[in-house]
Amino acid sequence: MSSAAPLTPSPALSRTLLSRGRDGRILAGIFALAAIALLIGGAFAGLLIESIRDFPAAITAFDAYLGRIVRFTLWQAALSTALSVVPAIFVARALSRHPDFPGRAIILRLFALPLALPAIVAALGILSLLGRAGYLAGPLSALSGGTWPGIYGLSGILVAHVFFNLPLATRFFLEALDALPADQWRLASQLGMGPAASFRLVEWPALRAALPGIAGLVFMLCITSFTIVLTLGGGPAATTLEVAIYQALRFDFDPARAVTFTLLQIALTAIVMFVLTRLGANAAIDASLPVAQRRFVTIRAGEAVLNAALIALALALVAGPIAATVAAGLAADLLRLAGDPAVQQATLTSIVLAVLSALLSVAIALSLAAARQALAKRRAQRAGLLESLAGTGAGLVLVVPPIVIGAGWFVLLRHSGFLFAAAPIMVATVNAVMAMPFAIRAIRPAYDAAGERNDRLCAQLGIAGWNRATLIDWPVLRRPIATGFAFAMALSLGDLGVIALFGSDSVQTLPYLLLARLGSYRTDDAAGLALLLGLLCLALIFVADRFGKEKPA
Amino acid sequence: MKDRLRHEGAPVRLDDVHFSYGDAPMRFDVAFRPAAITALMGPSGSGKSTLLNLVAGFETPSSGRVLIGGEDVTSLPPAARPVSMMFQENNLFAHLDVEKNVGLGRSPSLRLTVEDRAAVAEALQRTGLGGKEHRLPRELSGGERQRVAIARVLVRNRPVLLLDEPFGSLGPALRADMLELLTEVQAERKMTVLFVTHQPEDARRVADDMVFLEDGSVAAAGPATTFFSEAGPEAFRRYIGAQITESARKRT
Repeated sequence: MSSAAPLTPSPALSRTLLSRGRDGRILAGIFALAAIALLIGGAFAGLLIESIRDFPAAITAFDAYLGRIVRFTLWQAALSTALSVVPAIFVARALSRHPDFPGRAIILRLFALPLALPAIVAALGILSLLGRAGYLAGPLSALSGGTWPGIYGLSGILVAHVFFNLPLATRFFLEALDALPADQWRLASQLGMGPAASFRLVEWPALRAALPGIAGLVFMLCITSFTIVLTLGGGPAATTLEVAIYQALRFDFDPARAVTFTLLQIALTAIVMFVLTRLGANAAIDASLPVAQRRFVTIRAGEAVLNAALIALALALVAGPIAATVAAGLAADLLRLAGDPAVQQATLTSIVLAVLSALLSVAIALSLAAARQALAKRRAQRAGLLESLAGTGAGLVLVVPPIVIGAGWFVLLRHSGFLFAAAPIMVATVNAVMAMPFAIRAIRPAYDAAGERNDRLCAQLGIAGWNRATLIDWPVLRRPIATGFAFAMALSLGDLGVIALFGSDSVQTLPYLLLARLGSYRTDDAAGLALLLGLLCLALIFVADRFGKEKPA
Repeated sequence: MKDRLRHEGAPVRLDDVHFSYGDAPMRFDVAFRPAAITALMGPSGSGKSTLLNLVAGFETPSSGRVLIGGEDVTSLPPAARPVSMMFQENNLFAHLDVEKNVGLGRSPSLRLTVEDRAAVAEALQRTGLGGKEHRLPRELSGGERQRVAIARVLVRNRPVLLLDEPFGSLGPALRADMLELLTEVQAERKMTVLFVTHQPEDARRVADDMVFLEDGSVAAAGPATTFFSEAGPEAFRRYIGAQITESARKRT
């Protein structure tokens, strides 16, 4: 009897708290889930209706071309994953063994940058660096003894994917290494383990445990990568399913074919997602910065040089395209661009849609976090369906990439007459839902902790409703909300998948305009726009960071 | 009701209250004298905190009634009961300063009148927190944080005070200070105090009455002087005897 100390509030206690008018939280969660279901369900309805209506055509889409696309989709993703993850292991290890490496904090900050950057901006950066007329075209031509053909096709896709995913994987691996208890390092050092022994006995076990999840996540990001393949891939030889969906809808006007591609893409992502969750990976990326710990490692000169070279190489890979984006952007006629009404209009459209999308995303995330907590407290033992949906289930929307939802609605709306008028709604809602898992990841821990801490006190003092929201919850949640908001806004600002399908002359966003200028060989304009878009995203993240910190909570 | 009760304490009574926590059924049938300090003691899991939660309204009995000042409060929400409660921790909102944390005892929307502000200032003076109005909880010591909670009890001015081991994590000297403050405040306001503690010496120091709980029901109740004398209940004497040996063993 004496061992059964009730440390946590009993279910009955929570029931009591809940019955006092906080059930609105569950209702909010149901609303949010219904909105998501409507968005995804509408897309699926479009796909199903189309495939039933024109079943033979959907079947004939299974041809050699389709086989080639699927093979290429998987092949480029596998290569990108290998090229990102394997080097990342060693870069992470190098960074972990040199906690005092000059500029380490800045390097890690820089490694967080690609995550915040729209894919089209990175693609432009890589083109200005390695393209046919890029900054490195001269040296590369001399090196290869001919004219540098420019980086397109598979190699371009790989460089871009490594640019995005190597820093990401490095940060994840570093996190895994930092999670090792300090005593292990002390012990390794005390026992006189050299770099090889300490890698084999201390570091590798930690890295190996993290490897499947990280590799799976990178693979997932690569098979759903649309913008990179669209801008850097070339022709039928370097096309992935997502780009093929877009081409079938916008160029070939072949919805039956698009439906087949889309269903295949869903099957593919679903399989990868399933394997991922089996591996215990969390598909939502955390943007926190690993903190350097004090390490007790002795490093010989040879290893130090090797590590420094590794870090420098990774740094060049990340900093190169970013620097090229800035240089090429500054070389463009920025003043003329700023005065261009099309640019002004697109900037305004982008910002308005991004704000709407972020508001929606944060609202959904908050509703789901609230509903999950309310349900978790109410239940007896096992989580019910609704709670699971509001919790882990929310991450499942990542199975349906934006282009897939876009394609479904495109097919559904194409005869309706307001296909292109739907563009703003589609961009805002699809990106809101796509950003939602990340927003939840930012908001839910703080929300749950605040609930745990404050529920009883609020009940005792009669603080509820609006008072509770403004006095108690908002001060605690403003920072995570700001993070989620900024992330959702950046995602929406950089969106090309949905707007590529629904965009038109009347509704243009910055990435759409950028793609159009690139398509008409106005590379300077494109470079200038890329700089503008990149700065917009970074400014956003910066402001969100400031806003969150303004008042210490 | 509240006005009548405010300055004279109110009797608290659990009338054949049944409650089940998991598969441990509890039954309480006990009355607490108005304007007295009653210490609740008993082994972990014996139902001390549950009893407090039932009075505060955080738990709902499956049957029976909770009476405060003769009125049935069984179905009232926590904030509507004439009760203040102090927990072991998390008595303060971490992001609000001392003054606001106390002010919430007057108005859950923090819209304070001139009188409210005066009451807050007075309570802060009374609890020795003058000059610390704008500190955040993390800038205070553990003892100071509980003083803020006591200040809020003062401004709330409810006839019943429930203490769920609020000084359990403080050192002996600080605990003695807090108990002294508590008895002074109680002497002024004549609150009915239910005080859960694990420390027999704390109970002996402040309690008028004792209630000893075991296995989810009241095993013994009576004046503290009797409890701590040779004539005290057998079960209670066994319990504190065991406690003393245990704490003696811990010390070595």
